[in-house]
Amino acid sequence: MTGAPIPVVPLLAVLIPLLPLLGWAVLGLWGRRWGRRTVALVACGTVTASFVAACLVLRALLALSSGDRHVAIDLYRWIAAGPITIPMGLLVDTLSVAMALVVSGVGALIHVYSVGYMADDEGFARYFAYMNLFMAAMLTLTLAGNLVVMFIGWEGVGLCSYLLIAFWFTRPAAARAGVKAFIVTRLGDVGFLLGIFLAFALFGTADFTVMTRTAAARLPEGGAAATVLALLLFLGATGKSAQLPLYVWLPDAMEGPTPVSALIHAATMVTAGVYMIARMHAVYARAPLAMDVVAAVGAVTAIFAAASALVEPDIKRVLAYSTISQIGYMFLGVGVGAWGAGMFHLTSHAFFKALLFLAAGSVMHALGGTTDMWQMGGLLRRLPPTAAAFAIGALSLAGIPPLVGFFSKDQILSDVFHRGHVWLWALGIAAAGLTAFYIVRAFALTFVAAPGADTPPRDHHRHDPPRAMAWPMGGLALLSIAGGALGWSFTHPGVLEQWLRPAVEAGIVQNAPAAAGGAQGGGEAALVATSVAVAAAGMILAWRVYARRTLHGRSPSSVVGDILAHQFYIEAMYDAAIVAPSRALARMAEALDRDVIDGAVTGIGSALAAGGQVLRKAQSGFLRRYAAFMLIGALLILAYWMLAGGISR
Amino acid sequence: MTVPAPYYLALSAVLFALGTAGVLVRRSALVVFMSIELMLNAVNLTFVTFARLHQSIDGQLLVFFVLVVAATEVVIGLAIIVDIFRSRDTVDVDDVDLLRG
Repeated sequence: MTGAPIPVVPLLAVLIPLLPLLGWAVLGLWGRRWGRRTVALVACGTVTASFVAACLVLRALLALSSGDRHVAIDLYRWIAAGPITIPMGLLVDTLSVAMALVVSGVGALIHVYSVGYMADDEGFARYFAYMNLFMAAMLTLTLAGNLVVMFIGWEGVGLCSYLLIAFWFTRPAAARAGVKAFIVTRLGDVGFLLGIFLAFALFGTADFTVMTRTAAARLPEGGAAATVLALLLFLGATGKSAQLPLYVWLPDAMEGPTPVSALIHAATMVTAGVYMIARMHAVYARAPLAMDVVAAVGAVTAIFAAASALVEPDIKRVLAYSTISQIGYMFLGVGVGAWGAGMFHLTSHAFFKALLFLAAGSVMHALGGTTDMWQMGGLLRRLPPTAAAFAIGALSLAGIPPLVGFFSKDQILSDVFHRGHVWLWALGIAAAGLTAFYIVRAFALTFVAAPGADTPPRDHHRHDPPRAMAWPMGGLALLSIAGGALGWSFTHPGVLEQWLRPAVEAGIVQNAPAAAGGAQGGGEAALVATSVAVAAAGMILAWRVYARRTLHGRSPSSVVGDILAHQFYIEAMYDAAIVAPSRALARMAEALDRDVIDGAVTGIGSALAAGGQVLRKAQSGFLRRYAAFMLIGALLILAYWMLAGGISR
Repeated sequence: MTVPAPYYLALSAVLFALGTAGVLVRRSALVVFMSIELMLNAVNLTFVTFARLHQSIDGQLLVFFVLVVAATEVVIGLAIIVDIFRSRDTVDVDDVDLLRG
């Protein structure tokens, strides 16, 4: 739209998703015949090149004044149908560049890590082909200039998620989990698709730039149009980002390889819903009711998933619930209109959650694939670098200063508080306490607690991760520590928020002055102190319960524990309300198909065959019998004529 | 003095019935063949009778057609019978049942 023509930016912007796409094509076609070294080089090279391209785009944008950092690129006319024209459009602005940097940067690190993690896997080339395809789809989603192009990426990452969850497809659990993820997110995608249709009906276009500019004029504040559009899109976001009530696929998605969990199911894809809402902020700003729904769903999900993580024995599933919970925070942030804070938490979560997953993967790698924390314990001395990485991630997740998680989570909570949502703030604080508890529990059980008698001995195979796995963990640990600089401030927006401001506040009509007013210095300190104190309390409690004990058994069961272990029986309700009736319907349909439809088809066949058996007797081959039949026939015709009164006149 | 038409028709019916009976009861292909000729000529007689009764040339015309068809039929039919006899050493129609279902 605006800005000095800088032809280099469109070129680079196209390259960002195109390079991994090329990598996918090349690896998919020839990867099987190449050595692992070549495959790894191609896969990591394309993603790293994407990251470099994103950095160059960032540099180009930095050279512009803050109002001009907005480059819309229409590559070609993709769909032209009557009054609707959809270009293959990209949009480069501060928001999409920040997201692209996170995606390609964390993606590149995780690709490198995967080289070490998947080194002995038979499907090495297939794995990296899928990973590259995922990067291409995710970057398309990120850089999309309109909702339809975003939908390509949206479905593309869903496909890759399915392929990579079910990567070890010979394991029934993995295949099931892949199908589950695919179907559940598809439910949300229906909402997203309907939202796109509605956007066309309301705006005549799905272009982000146009929608942002005209939302205030076209959508009456609080009107049904804006509310329905925002809620439909949010339905898509709940599916993709694993929020209540469509969260059920994410814990099962941990069946995939751990780097996949880190990349897709923690750092990037599952946060697409948050990104999409930030992208569509102009519409959401016109629909306060929908915003409240988003914030409430986010807050409830945050505390619900954190509670579910309290009793989970599987280290990866703990992290999965943690991801659901943290994404709940992000939705809480964007739900109260704190777009920048939501995106900040997305970024910081990408750092520390990816770090936690990679550390967990390193533990699994050292233990030969064990994920049950009750069979770990005492790994602190065996795997010191891994333990350090996990500790940094855990502290960041718990919100302990000065790690990045502290700044981002606190930013959200303080924005929530200052915008008057005290109840949601209280939920967020409670969830923060639970978060601190479960992550310290995981750390203590894995690394600190003395191994119990039932822990299988496996000292022969304990080793620290290879360098390909260690370096990315180091990089993410550094980001988790230093990333706080992106938000270093209490009283005014941090670096990242200021950077995002032109993108996420365009098109919003401020009828009230920015809610985060001036006089908050003292109150802010109290808020920060509260959240840190709650987190510290949770951590200390968990440490006292779990660190000193030996792993001789699981926690005694109780009513509360049972409820938590079954995630409030939501999954069971789905089973009873949806899965079981669907199964019954499917069985009925199968019986109908087999007995009635197939029965009719084969019945016609066998009836004809039986009839043939009878009729063939008539074909005796006796000439004289045929002659007799002819005579009888002639006589019958004659008789008919005579009885009917002669030949017709 | 002319013979009245019903006599011709009666004769024709008798001949036709004889021919039919021959086709149905005899097993020799040659005799069956002759019986068919008998039936054809019974019909011819009927045609001629009606032609004279109605003073119309149509019936006589049709007789010529029947004669021609019968002649060609004899040629082909006899050839088939000879061929069957050569290959199977019999002209018994009951033994020729290749088309039995």
